Amino acid sequence: MPSIQKTFHVTKNDFIHAGEASIHVKNLLKSLNYVPDLVRRVAICGYEAEMNLVMHGGDGELSVDVNADRIIVDVIDHGQGIADVELAMQEGYSTAKDEYREMGFGAGMGLPNIKKNSDEMVITSEQGNGTHVKMVFFNKGLNV
Amino acid sequence: MIKLSTIATILDSDVLTGEEHKDREFLYCRGSDLMSDVLSAFAQGSVFLTGLATLQAVRTASISGAGAIVFVRNKKPNPDVVALAKEEGIPLLVTPLSMFVSCGRLYQHGLTGVNGNR
Repeated sequence: MPSIQKTFHVTKNDFIHAGEASIHVKNLLKSLNYVPDLVRRVAICGYEAEMNLVMHGGDGELSVDVNADRIIVDVIDHGQGIADVELAMQEGYSTAKDEYREMGFGAGMGLPNIKKNSDEMVITSEQGNGTHVKMVFFNKGLNV
Repeated sequence: MIKLSTIATILDSDVLTGEEHKDREFLYCRGSDLMSDVLSAFAQGSVFLTGLATLQAVRTASISGAGAIVFVRNKKPNPDVVALAKEEGIPLLVTPLSMFVSCGRLYQHGLTGVNGNR
């Protein structure tokens, strides 16, 4: 199959639309007949990264690059960046505001969930210059 | 395995959307107000109980693969939440019961946690 690339704009603090990009990606993969487990893993990671952008980042983009053997999701924001990436990767660590916790997020589980559900994850962040979360998923089900 | 229509009866709940999925079957239940918890494990065949009647609850259910949402403690969602659930094919129920009593009733009727524990 030819590769498919799509990019979705994601806006900081927009909780009405937060998660829409990941739902689009999920529906795209489903329509392309990727195995359900892979679709779910990609959607979960995309959604966690998208929510992180909405809560902590600046405006940015969620991009997906769909190929027969692998799916790559890049979530890039132009916000303040993460002060200590290693600390942010620890389960339970969070800098979220109380209002985000009241919505069921900000428990310090987002990045660990991404690590658990992706095959490769690279996070690069520079204070003042934003954050890039790159997630790679290998298609082992091969029903496309 | 119990049907959505049976869950609605057990929990004395109203079905806000998804009546057409009344025969959808469920093996598992998860009760949580923490979305990342819901996203952390396999949820196919599960009903998701929460007190957060938000758009994010619907998107979390859709992404994790949950087959229905029950809003506990009579939490009524806004029309835009109902509309999104309809679009995503996720039935929404509202029960006057608490999270504790709702989970207890479903447990009594044979549902397990999403990892199969009882």
